Amino acid sequence: MSALAIEGVWKFYGDFPALRDIRFNVEAGSCVALLGRNGAGKTTLLKILAGLSRPAKGQVKLFGQDASERSARASIGVLGHGIGIYDELSAIENLRLFANLYGLAEPERKAMEWLERTGLERVKDGLVREFSRGMRQRLAVARAFLHNPRILLLDEPFTALDDRAIAVLQTVLREALAEGRTVLMSTHQLREALELATHVALINRGKLAFTGERTREMVDDPGWIYRHYGEA
Amino acid sequence: MRFLRQTLTVAAKDLRSELRTKEAVNASLSFALVILILFSFAFDPTAETTREIAGGLLWLVFAFAGVLVLNRSFARELANDCLEALISSPVPGAALFLGKALASFALLLAIEVVCLPVFGVFYNVTWYSHPGQLALVLLLTTWGVTVVGTLFSALTVNLRLREVMLPMLVYPVLIPCLMAAMQLTTTLVAGDPIAGDQWAWVRLLASFDIIFTSLAVLLIDSVLIG
Repeated sequence: MSALAIEGVWKFYGDFPALRDIRFNVEAGSCVALLGRNGAGKTTLLKILAGLSRPAKGQVKLFGQDASERSARASIGVLGHGIGIYDELSAIENLRLFANLYGLAEPERKAMEWLERTGLERVKDGLVREFSRGMRQRLAVARAFLHNPRILLLDEPFTALDDRAIAVLQTVLREALAEGRTVLMSTHQLREALELATHVALINRGKLAFTGERTREMVDDPGWIYRHYGEA
Repeated sequence: MRFLRQTLTVAAKDLRSELRTKEAVNASLSFALVILILFSFAFDPTAETTREIAGGLLWLVFAFAGVLVLNRSFARELANDCLEALISSPVPGAALFLGKALASFALLLAIEVVCLPVFGVFYNVTWYSHPGQLALVLLLTTWGVTVVGTLFSALTVNLRLREVMLPMLVYPVLIPCLMAAMQLTTTLVAGDPIAGDQWAWVRLLASFDIIFTSLAVLLIDSVLIG
């Protein structure tokens, strides 16, 4: 069974078609780099997959379940443009909050485990508003991975991260892939993404221009895919 | 059971956030107190007409002050895209809505409880002569205001002019709820109990709460997910 099945998805903003008949499957355990220029429709597609937006036509299935179903949403971890963390709560309160919302057993232990993995255990009681940008980003990574999601939806995850946050994200992504989790990430940082990716999907003005396995050629020359399948 | 836990988790989170920042409570409470005190200077507190309008005045103040709290209900989720993190989690829209409504309800009730003695002193009314009935009116009306306000707070959360739009949308819908509350409160602050035909106003309040809570719970997913 496909981890993600995107079946003829259309999305309009007013009359403008942001997504036009997007259809592709993502196999469980694969890592897909979702590429495209600014405004191509990557974020719109990720929002539909995360249940944040409804397609005008078509449907999206996560392990066979409609993406809008609650049980399907429990299987995804989302790291979007915003960090999804409350400034007025402490690091541990934030993680405990999401652990409780996801119905995890032992929320305190789970929250501590992820604070340690992201190197934030010493500031666990500090308010997020007092954190540096890098610390906030690491906490956002912890929040997205906290519930061991089977599918990770990452929207430009490496953008604006500091070195330490990039290292943390790369480590947890590699571990997630080694555990057989599925990753779909949109990105402009081709080199980092293509090193991790097993597959590539390219969206061009709302249409799927290419989908297939990542090749050695793409890693050696990250601009290759845009030259062959992207806009001129 | 899980639904209840998620609802209470959202409510506790909102209350904790508000108690740390005190953004909405400070603004709302000071607004309510200032308006109550200013109006007390505008009217003669011993006059019979003042007592007749006291219930109406009280609920106008609570309704205006309440919107300041309700405006923050969903707006507080905008920072860092926290609303997206909540919607993409397995929390049902209804649990999210009810959690937020419960937190706002507690905050509004706290503001009302602080304002009532001030109201009693400055308007020379014995608001505590029927505490049980007054509590019933406060609880029913505040829940009605909270439910409608929280629903419209979700609806207007992404609008740039949400602070203007929210009152424009909320007050017309609240007319029956506020009318009932004003009628009942005027009776109670005059020292009379709710009796006879006046129970129809209580039934109106209860019906208003049931209808709008059900509507909000049914509609919230459509409101939150575009």
